[in-house]
Amino acid sequence: MSARILHIARNTFREAVRDRVLYNLIAFALLLSGAAIFVGQISIDIERLVVVNLGLTAVSLFGVVIAIFIGIGLVSKEIDKRTLYTVLSRPVRRWEFIVGKFFGLAGTLVVNAFFMAIGVFGALLYVAHKFSKPDALILVALYFIILEFLIICSLALLFSSFSSPLLSAVFAFSLFVIGSFADDLRGFARMAHGFMRWIATGAAYLVPNFSTLNVISAVAHQQPLSAQLVLQNTLYALFYATMALSGAVLIFERRNLK
Amino acid sequence: MAAIEILGLEKTYMVGFWRKRPKRALEPLHLTVEEGEIFGFLGPNGAGKTTTLKMLMGLVFPTAGTARILGRAWTDPEVKAQIGFLPEQPYFYDYLTAHELLDYYGQLSGVPAAVRKPRIEEVLSRVGLTDVKGLQLRKFSKGMLQRAGIAQAILHNPRLVFLDEPMSGLDPLGRREVRDLIEQLKREGKTVFFSTHILSDAEALCDRVAIIHKGQLRGVGAVEELTSSVQGKIEVVWQGTQIPASMKSLGAECHVTGDTVRAVLGENQQDAAIDALRRDRIRLIAITPLRTSLEAYFVEKLQHPQAVPENTVGKAAGTKA
Repeated sequence: MSARILHIARNTFREAVRDRVLYNLIAFALLLSGAAIFVGQISIDIERLVVVNLGLTAVSLFGVVIAIFIGIGLVSKEIDKRTLYTVLSRPVRRWEFIVGKFFGLAGTLVVNAFFMAIGVFGALLYVAHKFSKPDALILVALYFIILEFLIICSLALLFSSFSSPLLSAVFAFSLFVIGSFADDLRGFARMAHGFMRWIATGAAYLVPNFSTLNVISAVAHQQPLSAQLVLQNTLYALFYATMALSGAVLIFERRNLK
Repeated sequence: MAAIEILGLEKTYMVGFWRKRPKRALEPLHLTVEEGEIFGFLGPNGAGKTTTLKMLMGLVFPTAGTARILGRAWTDPEVKAQIGFLPEQPYFYDYLTAHELLDYYGQLSGVPAAVRKPRIEEVLSRVGLTDVKGLQLRKFSKGMLQRAGIAQAILHNPRLVFLDEPMSGLDPLGRREVRDLIEQLKREGKTVFFSTHILSDAEALCDRVAIIHKGQLRGVGAVEELTSSVQGKIEVVWQGTQIPASMKSLGAECHVTGDTVRAVLGENQQDAAIDALRRDRIRLIAITPLRTSLEAYFVEKLQHPQAVPENTVGKAAGTKA
């Protein structure tokens, strides 16, 4: 990786930290501690299931919200505030700027997810008093959540490269919601006929398939996950994020910075 | 070698929401700036100065034309390691301190880590920000931000420095310091290309200037050359309070002060004015040529509808002051 990409990524991470984005971790920790105590009191035998479900869903939602709200401003804010001028007037290629921003945001979310994961395991230990072997599957679910973040980051950057922050947020959040029901959309496409089938199939494969990345329920129920799924999801997320990032670069390379 | 060669750069924006229509921001511009000179790019607000600078920095793409910077294509990213740029009304990452900002820009410009730290200290001291180097930029005043902007533009020891309205937001002392800094850069052998609408700054600093208005180049050359091309004026002073009719007919602007009269008229009417005073046996006290300022030239060029012909620009551009 070019050193310039690394510097831009580090600065993006520093911005997130200084803008107190990671303060959400405190809110998250409080939520999980409260939930663990509450669940411990009211649940009989399903404490683990509730804590894992609640914890991982919160990790995912917190991360997605952060990814969208930071991601949509990554490029447009730099253009509006003109901070970009003094960066691009240096030997920095436009694609390096976009890729650096992507890694900076992805790094922020990974750090975020790491600390939130500690919270989840802490809450689990509180209610179950010990870890069991199937709890290792939580790590796989967290890995899939990080893959989900990568896709969201790249989409937020893609929209940010040509649209206003508000519209970018709407686009990114809409795609997240639609993508969460991608399996249903594919099912609908299979049942549709004629022209509608073409449209539905196209849309089903174009939107990111977040359904396949969501294994929270399976992990909570201690169902096994295949290595093939891990490989498949990894390749899918990397491919999708690369495509969206390439789109962002292509648009940004041609953009006049007024 | 020319530091900057602008070869017909032009920019047309499409404006309007439904029915897009073209708006010319910059007519084809031909300009050459020699290495080692301070070049002033003058024009009123909206003349096309910032558009030109943005095109040279690769921030805005030209509709047509090309340019060369330090002998290389202006789009070559490596050439940017040798240029510094201060945008108009700069705004920086306000969560960083001045030291962190310069460190970040130093990294992006490829300044080696060993050199970076002492260089940052030197540049901060040069722009007078040493005492506040640990303060976040969100707490900086406009003038301090301008100084930080100048610091980042010269941090990597560039051969060519572009400054867009560098005196903007500075108090008189700050302006003086920036002037000194620009002169110092010239002494170090650097080329400085700066845009401004403050003519006194340009007159005091520049080896050569170009005047741009409504996207058209209206004049280019050394300040003395340009001002000498404007019709000169003289001031004639004589004894008494009488203003001869023949003097009035020459179009002189006359003012009676005590027992003397002062008249300002065109340089070419000097002999006619002397003859008129002799005829009326009036005692002549003094005839003084009035220095034409850059402002007079600037105003004339702004009112003049014609752009500088391309061949004239080439000739003028090649003449170093």
